[in-house]
Amino acid sequence: MLSIILILFSSIFFAGFILRTKSIASGRKGPGIMQPVKDVIRLFKKGTIYSETTSIIFRIGPVIYFSSVLMACMVIPFGPYKGIVSFDGDFVFFAYILALGKFFSIISAMDTGSSFEGMGASREALFSMFAEPAFFILIGSFALLTGNTSFFDIFSTLHLGSSITYTLGGLAAFVLVMIAMIENSRMPVDDPKTHLELTMIHEVMVLDNSGFDLGLILTAGYLKFAMYGAIIADFFIGGLSVSFALPLFLFIQLLFAVTVGLIESFMARFRMNHNPQFILALSSVSFLIFLGVLLVLEKFL
Amino acid sequence: MINILIAILIASVIAILSVNVKAKGIVTLSGVILIALISSIVAVKALLGHSYGILLSGPALFGNVMVNIDPLSAWFILTINFTILTGAIYGFNYMRKYIEMKSELTLHCIAYLLAYFALLGICSVQNGFIFLLFWELMALSLFILVIFEHDKPETLRAGLNYLVQSHISIVFLMLGFIYVVYKTGSYSFEAISDFSSQQSTLAGTTLFLCFFIGFAIKAGFVPFHTWLPYAHPAAPSHISGIMSGVVIKIGIYGILRMLLLIKTDYTTIGFIILFISLITGIYGVMLATIQHDLKKLLAYHSVENIGIIGIGIGLGCIGLGATNKWMAILGFTGALLHTLNHSLFKSLLFFSAGNVLQATHTVNIERLGGIIKRMPQTSLLFLVAALAICGLPPLNGFISEFLIFGGLYNWLYSASLLSLIAIVFSLGGLVLIGGLALLCFTKAFSVVFLGNQRSTFNSEINETGFWQLIPMYMTVIFMMFIGLFPSIFINALQIPVNQFTHDVVFNLNLIKVGALDSLKTLNWLFLGFILLVLLILWLRKIQSRKKLIERGLTWGCGYSPSGVKLQYTANSFVRSYSKLAKPILDIEKKEVEVVEVFPSGKHYETHSYDKIERILIDKPIRYMSRFAELFLFLQNGQLQQYILYGIIFITSIICLPLIISKILSILHFLNNL
Repeated sequence: MLSIILILFSSIFFAGFILRTKSIASGRKGPGIMQPVKDVIRLFKKGTIYSETTSIIFRIGPVIYFSSVLMACMVIPFGPYKGIVSFDGDFVFFAYILALGKFFSIISAMDTGSSFEGMGASREALFSMFAEPAFFILIGSFALLTGNTSFFDIFSTLHLGSSITYTLGGLAAFVLVMIAMIENSRMPVDDPKTHLELTMIHEVMVLDNSGFDLGLILTAGYLKFAMYGAIIADFFIGGLSVSFALPLFLFIQLLFAVTVGLIESFMARFRMNHNPQFILALSSVSFLIFLGVLLVLEKFL
Repeated sequence: MINILIAILIASVIAILSVNVKAKGIVTLSGVILIALISSIVAVKALLGHSYGILLSGPALFGNVMVNIDPLSAWFILTINFTILTGAIYGFNYMRKYIEMKSELTLHCIAYLLAYFALLGICSVQNGFIFLLFWELMALSLFILVIFEHDKPETLRAGLNYLVQSHISIVFLMLGFIYVVYKTGSYSFEAISDFSSQQSTLAGTTLFLCFFIGFAIKAGFVPFHTWLPYAHPAAPSHISGIMSGVVIKIGIYGILRMLLLIKTDYTTIGFIILFISLITGIYGVMLATIQHDLKKLLAYHSVENIGIIGIGIGLGCIGLGATNKWMAILGFTGALLHTLNHSLFKSLLFFSAGNVLQATHTVNIERLGGIIKRMPQTSLLFLVAALAICGLPPLNGFISEFLIFGGLYNWLYSASLLSLIAIVFSLGGLVLIGGLALLCFTKAFSVVFLGNQRSTFNSEINETGFWQLIPMYMTVIFMMFIGLFPSIFINALQIPVNQFTHDVVFNLNLIKVGALDSLKTLNWLFLGFILLVLLILWLRKIQSRKKLIERGLTWGCGYSPSGVKLQYTANSFVRSYSKLAKPILDIEKKEVEVVEVFPSGKHYETHSYDKIERILIDKPIRYMSRFAELFLFLQNGQLQQYILYGIIFITSIICLPLIISKILSILHFLNNL
C-alpha cells in the first residue's frame, strides 16, 4: 500500500521538477513546481471536443490507457514493502497491462483519421515493440540472479550476496531510464516540446484529445514517470529498512527527474530513423547485464 | 457410441442429398449438433479421468483397431467441437448468399460433416492405418470445402496447393508408420511405443522427427507453412475459421500424441521444437505485419500462434528431460490452453473478416476504413479478438502466454549455460512476437474499422444479421470466461498434462510453485481493472454532464480538407518497420517517378512475398519442371502409344524381380568362385 501512495506522491512533483530543471538549465525562472498538476486539474474541469470522425474507441481509449498505468503501478513494491499485489511473474502482468494501454492509445489516435496522429501511432507501436525485449531480458537476468520471479522478491533478495550486484543495479538503472524515456516519449527519442507535428510521437497522438481525456492522458504520463522511478529506486533500496529506504527513494526519484530535465536540456532528439537502432542497443545492454549475472553466478566455469 | 455417430453421419448425408437447398443447411447443422453433443459427453467424461476405450476387431490387413478417447484426445475433441459448432452456425447464415449454387452447397455440406467426422476420428483411433485413412479423408474433404468458389482461378490454385502439401504431409506420416510396421508388424499405436522403448534414442528421435515433419506441415510450422496463407483466404470465411482454429491444431495433436508414444531423449526433441517454434513465431508475425489482405494477414498470424504453442511444447519436453516438474507442467498446460484459445480468437477474427467481406466485397485493407460506424458489433468483436491474440489482459490469450512465460522463467532453475542462452533468446523472441502482433493488430484494426471510409462501394454497408453474430458472441463469451476464470481450465488440463509427466521422476529440489498460483491473484487484478475502467467512465460521465461536449473536425494543422485521402494507410503505418525488416522480408516495390514540372498521377504499389517459399517451394518446382520437360517428347497425344507405355511398365514391373534375382544369383555364383 505504501508503494502506491509513494508513487502517487512523487508523480505529483515529477513533471514539475523536470520543468524546473529545464528552466534553470536554460537560465529562466520557469513555472512553479506544481504547475503541471494545476494544468491537469484545470483540464479535468473543462468540456471536451470530439472529432466527427471518431467513434467509441476514441472515447474509451484514454480511460483504458490511464487505468492500465494505474494497474501497472499496483505491482511495484517499495523497498521492504510489497506492492498492493505481488505474485510470481508479476512483471509479465506489468508489461502486458501497459501494452494494453498502449494498444488503446494507438487505436484511439488512428480513430481520428488524421495522418499526423497515424504517424505518431505508428512510431509509438514500433518503438515500444523494440523496447520490450530489453525489459524482459533485464528482469529475466535478475530473476536468474536471485532465483525469484516477482518484483518484490527480486528486489528484496538482490543485494544479499555480493556488492557487485550494485554495479548490475547501476546498469539496470541506465536501461530503465532509457525505457522510461521511450515509454514516456521524451528526449532523446521524442521531443515533447517540438512545434512541428511531423516530428512528434506521443504529443501528436493526443492532438485531438481535450478536456477530461487529455487530463487523464497527462496524469498517466506523470504516473508512468514515477512508476519507472520507483522501479529504479527499488534496485537500490531492496533490503534496507524504512528509515533508510524512504529518503533514498525520494532522492532517487528527484535524481531521476533532474536527469530527465538535464537530458532534455542538453541533448537533441535523434533522427527518427536512428531511433530503432538506439532502442535495439538497449537490448544489448540488457544482454550485457545477463552476461554479468552469469559471471556472478560462475556459470562460465 | 461409434455406431450412433456413424449412423448420424450417414443419415445426415442422405438427408442432405435428398432435401431441397434451403433445408440442407439445417440438416448439416443438426447433424453437427448431434455429433458434437454425443462426442462432448464422452470427452468430458474422459477429461475427468474416465477414458473411453473400445477394441474393434479388424481384418488382417491392419489388425484390430483401438478406439480410445483419453484426456488428451478429449481436450482436442472439445476444442474441435466448439469451433466446428460455431463455424456451422456461422456458415449456415454466411452461405445464404450463395443459395443459387445448389450442387456446390450439397457438396459443401457433406464435406463439412465428413471433415468433422475425420477430425474426431483422428483424435480417437489408435491404429496407424485407420489414422492415415482419416487423415486422408480430412485432407480431401477440406480440399472440397476450400474450393467452394472454384470458378475463381486463384481459389482453385490455393486449393490444389493445399492438396499437394497435405499429401506431402501424408507421405512423411506413412514413412513413419510403415517403418514401425516393417519392424514390428503391427499398426497399433502401442507398437510405436514398444518399438521406440527398445530402440536406441537416435532411432527414436529420427522416428519422431519423421512424424514431426508430417504433422508440422499440417500445423504450419516454418518452413512448412507455405500452403497456409493461400488456403485460408481462398476458403469461405467459416472454413477459414475452422481451418485456422482446429485443422492446423490437429497437427499439434499429432505431435503431442507422438510425444506420448515415442520414448526418447526429450531434451533434444525439446530443443529442436523450441528452435523451430521460435522461428515460426517470429517469421509468421513478421510476414503478417506487412500483409494488405486481411484474411492473409490472419493466416500468417496462425503461423505465429502455432509457434507460440510450439514454444510451450518445447518447454514441456525440456522440462521432462531436465526433470523440472513445474517447467514441464507450465509448458504443456500453456501449449494446450493456447491451442484452445487460439481456436477461439482466430475463428472469431475470421468470422469478423467474413462479415466485412460480405458487406464490402473486399478484404484489401487499404480500401476499407470507418467500418465501425456502419458495423459496430462486428468491429467490437474483432477488437476483442485482436486484444486476445496479442496476449493482452484481461483476455484468454494472456493466460496461456503467461503460463508459457512462467515455464520459461522456471527453466532458469535447472539451466546449464547453453540453456541459459536459449532462455534469453526465447524470452526475447516471445516478447518480440507479442510486440509485432501489437503492431500488426493495431494496424489491421485501425485501418479496417477506424477513421474514414477509404473508398466507395456499390452497395451500402450494413451490420451483419443477428443470427450470424450469435456464434461470434458465443465465442467472445467463452474467451472472456477463460480470461476471468482461468483456474477452471487449468484444473481441467491437469489430467491431460499428467499423461506427459506421470512417467517421469522429477527432481524435487527444483520445485517452485510458480505461475499457477499467480492465476488467482490475476483473477482479482482483472476484475479490479474492469471495475477501475468502469469507475473512470462513470466519473467522466458525471463530469461531462455539466460541461460542453462539442463535435468538431479532426485537427489538420489549421487546414481541413476532406480527410479521406490524407489518412494514414496500412502501408505507411508499418513503413518504418518494413524498412527495418527489409533484409529478411521480400518486398517488391513498384513506383512511377514524378518527372515533369506539373506531374500527373503518381503510382506506387508494394507486393510482399514469402522468401522461404521462393527458396523452398518455387525453386525446386522450377528445377523439377525443367527436368520433366526433358521427357516432353513422350507425350504425343496418341492413345496407342500410351497403351504401349502401359504395357512396357507392367512388363518391367513383372520382370524386375526376376532380373534382380538373376543378378543376385550371378553375384552369388561369382562370390563362390
